[in-house]
Amino acid sequence: MKHIVKIMTFFVAITAVWISLLQTAMIPQSHTWLLPLYFIVSLGCYGLLMVGIGLMQFPTCPQESVLLQQDVIEAKLFLKHNGVDVGSD
Amino acid sequence: MAEQQNKNKYSIIVPTYNERLNIALIVFLVFKHIPDVDFEIIIVDDGSPDGTQDIVKQLQRVYGDDRILLRARPRKLGLGTAYIHGLKHASGNFVVIMDADLSHHPKYLPHFIKKQMEMGADIVTGTRYVRGGGVHGWTLMRKLTSRGANVLAHTLLWPGVSDLTGSFRLYKKSVLEDIISSCVSKGYVFQMEMIVKASRKGYHIEEVPITFVDRVYGSSKLGGSEIVEYLKGLVYLLFTT
Repeated sequence: MKHIVKIMTFFVAITAVWISLLQTAMIPQSHTWLLPLYFIVSLGCYGLLMVGIGLMQFPTCPQESVLLQQDVIEAKLFLKHNGVDVGSD
Repeated sequence: MAEQQNKNKYSIIVPTYNERLNIALIVFLVFKHIPDVDFEIIIVDDGSPDGTQDIVKQLQRVYGDDRILLRARPRKLGLGTAYIHGLKHASGNFVVIMDADLSHHPKYLPHFIKKQMEMGADIVTGTRYVRGGGVHGWTLMRKLTSRGANVLAHTLLWPGVSDLTGSFRLYKKSVLEDIISSCVSKGYVFQMEMIVKASRKGYHIEEVPITFVDRVYGSSKLGGSEIVEYLKGLVYLLFTT
């Protein structure tokens, strides 16, 4: 099944629940009409929250840059010694 | 570990364009970190004007032209076809794909190989976004874009892999041959398309943490239009996988 079909199925199910709520009037109609808005807002909040958490916990590795510089020096020394042209610095 | 690996051969495909210094460093580091492994490095150079191919020929004299294969193409023909081109010349039963710009450090190769052997995985993909992994040299804006892109992709595609656009990966050769022919995207989206399609086909995918140091030599290749390309890629994957 294509992924878009899965997502559409999910939305159709949600819409069906919403319409049935409208029909049966289990909760006041004025509230029910606002439910899609709540849904969109909470989806947006979820997105922002996940991006925020991701940013706060973004793994960084400053020490790797230092290690890499050491590797580069070692590599250049070996390569130059073996006749590979790796520049003059 | 060496005895177990005897029957496996790893073909490391590295596409290059103007990477004369980086390719020499990469080759040295690969030989340093997996000395007991049977491997070959296949360099697919797209006609670099900076003399990358001359450097590769010098490296062949040092390490042997059976370990370093230069499979050049006349001009820039895209990343996806570079892998297909390299794959045609690969003699190993496993293929490793990595960038030539030193953002992928060869010291992680033993982790990929070990993980694959332990889990019997079809694909091992390097991930920057778990404990033990990480990124260095990104601005806040770049981090924000990256996180946003990731949340969007996970919400829409449920791929089951934490780092979709990373391109440091080990594949069983047959698996790579199977999925690469059906992939049409370019750049970052190509990496995402490969892993999403592999995941949908039910291949066994494992992850290892890697660190990513943004390119040291040469300029970064990320442009603004890539965000648009990324979004188009997401929609494309939504409708085709």
